[in-house]
Amino acid sequence: MDSGGILGLTGAETAGALESGEIASDEVIGAWDRAAASDDLNSWLWLPEAREQEEATGAPVAIKDIFCTEGIPTTAGSRILEGYLPPYDSTAVAKLRAAGLPVLGKTNMDEFAMGSSNENSAFGPVLNPWDRTRVPGGSSGGSAACVAGGTALWALGTDTGGSIRQPAALCGIVGLKPTYGAISRFGMIAFASSLDQCGPLTTNVTDAAMLLSILEGRDPLDSTSTGIPGGIVPPEGEDLSGLTFGVPRSFLEKGVDPGVGDVFERSLTEIESLGGTVVEVELPHAELGISAYYILAPAEASTNLSRYDGVRYGMRVEERDLVEMYEQTRSLGFGREVKRRIMLGTYALSSGYYDAYYARAQRVRTLIARDFETAFEQVDFVVTPTSPSVAFEIGEKVGDPWTMYLNDLFTVPMSLAGIPAISIPAGLSEPAGGGPELPVGLQLAAPAYGEQKLLNASIALEKSIGFEGRTGEVGR
Amino acid sequence: MNSPDAEFEAVIGLEIHVQLSTETKMFCGCRLSFGDPPNTHTCPICLGHPGVLPVPNRRAIEYALLIAAALGCEVAPSSIFHRKNYFYPDNPKAYQISQFDVPIASGGNLAGVRIHRAHLEEDAAKMIHVGTSGRIQGSDASLVDFNRAGTPLVEIVTEPDLTSGAQVREWGQLLRATVRQLGVSDVNMEEGSLRCDANVSIRPKGSDQLGTKTEMKNMNSFRFLERGIEAEIERQTGILRNGGQVVQETLHFDPATGELHPLRSKEEAHDYRYMPEPDLVPVAPDSGMLEAAAAALPELPEAREARYRDELGIQEGAARLMSVETAWAEFFEGMLESEPEIEPKVAANWLTGELAAELRRQDDISLGSSPVTPANLARLVGMVQAKRVSNASAKDVLVKMVSEGADPEQVVVGEGLEQISDSGELESIVDAVIEANPGPAGEVLGGNEKAIGALVGAVMKEAGGRVDGGEVNRLLRERLTAD
Amino acid sequence: MIDREQVAHVARLARLKLSEEEAGEFAVELSAILDHVDLLASVDTDGVEPTTHVVELVNVLREDVPGIELTVQQATANAPESEDGAFRVPSPQAEA
Ligand SMILES: [Mg+2]
Ligand SMILES: [Zn+2]
Repeated sequence: MDSGGILGLTGAETAGALESGEIASDEVIGAWDRAAASDDLNSWLWLPEAREQEEATGAPVAIKDIFCTEGIPTTAGSRILEGYLPPYDSTAVAKLRAAGLPVLGKTNMDEFAMGSSNENSAFGPVLNPWDRTRVPGGSSGGSAACVAGGTALWALGTDTGGSIRQPAALCGIVGLKPTYGAISRFGMIAFASSLDQCGPLTTNVTDAAMLLSILEGRDPLDSTSTGIPGGIVPPEGEDLSGLTFGVPRSFLEKGVDPGVGDVFERSLTEIESLGGTVVEVELPHAELGISAYYILAPAEASTNLSRYDGVRYGMRVEERDLVEMYEQTRSLGFGREVKRRIMLGTYALSSGYYDAYYARAQRVRTLIARDFETAFEQVDFVVTPTSPSVAFEIGEKVGDPWTMYLNDLFTVPMSLAGIPAISIPAGLSEPAGGGPELPVGLQLAAPAYGEQKLLNASIALEKSIGFEGRTGEVGR
Repeated sequence: MNSPDAEFEAVIGLEIHVQLSTETKMFCGCRLSFGDPPNTHTCPICLGHPGVLPVPNRRAIEYALLIAAALGCEVAPSSIFHRKNYFYPDNPKAYQISQFDVPIASGGNLAGVRIHRAHLEEDAAKMIHVGTSGRIQGSDASLVDFNRAGTPLVEIVTEPDLTSGAQVREWGQLLRATVRQLGVSDVNMEEGSLRCDANVSIRPKGSDQLGTKTEMKNMNSFRFLERGIEAEIERQTGILRNGGQVVQETLHFDPATGELHPLRSKEEAHDYRYMPEPDLVPVAPDSGMLEAAAAALPELPEAREARYRDELGIQEGAARLMSVETAWAEFFEGMLESEPEIEPKVAANWLTGELAAELRRQDDISLGSSPVTPANLARLVGMVQAKRVSNASAKDVLVKMVSEGADPEQVVVGEGLEQISDSGELESIVDAVIEANPGPAGEVLGGNEKAIGALVGAVMKEAGGRVDGGEVNRLLRERLTAD
Repeated sequence: MIDREQVAHVARLARLKLSEEEAGEFAVELSAILDHVDLLASVDTDGVEPTTHVVELVNVLREDVPGIELTVQQATANAPESEDGAFRVPSPQAEA
């Protein structure tokens, strides 16, 4: 099989061809190494210069640069970690390697996963393969762009408030955020520990399930990891009969671009045509999600990012005085958005403000989780558009943090509740200001550990929407 | 308690950090060590690398439960860890994982001093200051060694129930003995496995308000702490008496000069921004863990002292020493075990009196490195008690036991020290002495009781100490009052 | 609302050195964000338990068994400055 042929296979097909001996490990790795090297979207922060002999049972995986990889530069998109070579592998990467899936390269991202556009990378923005003047979403922007752009078959991302689902939606691919705890966080550089979760970005639902089945599991190195009871098997689903989908209408009124709204309504029709039932549900506190999130996540981040102090690794600005060294190093090492969130989080935790902000946000978080519990008594899934808009232009929202934060309006509540949610391509829509059509994502959320059900429903929808083919054309 | 002054009284509370003697650190698998080359026991977790996560050491939790049980604390059904945020090179994550509003143990009491709480946390790294003076001030740089970083600690906080330096020393020694008895820590202050900070304030006698306190940090012995506290009480009393105000600060006491120095003058007000540690789940000791701790609880020094005193009739000083110093208690118990018929009170006197003195006399040998075994000392005491050997001879035997590790039986038999028990032999010596000392004998006969001493001495000398003084006395009297 | 003085205090706590300009911008931006966040005050959270994380586990512990340690070389390999196997930092003496 020639290189082009290999690049045209899905993850499952590649595994099959390797197993049957139809293709060899080095051919697969070589084909993807060449594809990755051809990237012109700034998707990659690191690609191997030479490769030692590696055995593969599937296509190599693009790894978001937030995962520590032994001896391989790991920056989390930040200057403060420039030159850092981790002495260990994250559990997620170790599991992929053990399963015969080598590291293809490390992908660009918003600094410390803080962003929804990838414009916050210290190493430059990533371009959306559908329209290079637009953002790919974030923070897993490099992982989404390389998969959509065809320079990787699949990728690992992380999602704290939407960082897998939103870029997947904006790039027209599949992105899954599993239940909090399903996949070990060990070695995944922390942004907001109580929300961070690793997950796959792929061109199709089957591949997402395949990566998830490798990655999930309780890890003795992560006290908060649980795995997924029963594990994950290849998803199957032809129709949606007997399944109920809840639409939180009043929540969605908070602002969806008309084009996105149209695609979303068509998806609901699609669900019904597959035998599913669509009903309305209430998530009365979901609209507070962004407010709670922008206290909780920065608060956790402010302490997680305190370790970058120029003492043990990473960048240091030499100063004779210790405090001066700390302050100069951190001020130069961190980008603007990271500093903004450290400031916000430090403030929210500081003496006199803790109860008003942090403790209150934690209580609102409880209310949001309860909303979902109540909703799931009536429905199997909650569905929303993944993002209120299609990919926006580079630079369009950088001046106004809150407007940028609203990109995650529909993804944050699931993160706060710790439940699994997937974004699958639902169709194309014209951007609000006009221009070529861009992908729109459909988000489905399920109760904790409901990944298998989620994947089964998604594959039925994927088949009937028929978006899969179009993803493959972009950039290839 | 002695108070600083007739007008004022001191109020003292302690914060004691106990390093647990687990095999590995609190949240990672690195070994605990002391004195090893810098950074030879580290991993990404205790170096605070990006992406790492803590997982608590089960044994550290068990040790904390044991301490809680020993101090009579209540164990929280579910306690959580917090992050205590501050920047310092010895704090690799820039937050210490500690416990805040729900510690694992609270409320308790040791010898009348109330325990406020006991919580689990991780130790900081070690910093060595290099440069011109070796002290922090004026040094150019510091070297950081993370071997100690992440060592499990239990921090014990007392209520301000102590009132003098001497009481702090005594109570501190009891606490140290108690923790040592549990086998959960080396409690070595010089090596830092036990560290004690004291909060000292002064108030008018009888007042129920607390004055401004100062903190005395990390003295490396309870003696120094005692002296430091006394000096601080005097200083604060002086300030108050002159109408001044005590300033809240952290002090260092220099035992060499007896002076107190403020430790950090320009320190900003702390704002630790405590937050629940999202990387850890609660510790909720189940009944199995609690029962295991209760079952593992040994007899503790406080209870042991009472038993020695009240049940075994041992003098207070000896009972205290043998309770607070585990090695002495173990030696004592070993003696009773190997010779169950010996009198505990006599055994205690031989151990804490004669043996202790002889060890001190011979090069300050410690009990641990003394060649005298509990069984050997017990045998010697047994021989004294059975009157096989006189008190005086036994002391000579003890000297050889300490210097040569000699077996008492062999010394006694080999040197013919066995007491003369044949009354015929003793009687003939007595008769000979009376005959040889007509003067004193006549005085005794004439009613001068005191004169008998010279005769007793002469008999003992003649018999080479192998006789019982009481028996000699009895025989002499018998002869000299006989008609 | 967060004023410049608070911004300076928070920056100090977070060990960030802000320029005059940055401090002013942060005061504006953070105030704007906090205005939105103040929405949280509109809900009644009395009697609602705070969520620290969503995992309902207790006693996830490890056995007291030694694991793999780094060599001194590995430990200090990433250090900006090291000396005799230790990490070298500027003296923590109070600022001049
Ligand atoms: Mg402490
Ligand atoms: Zn370690």
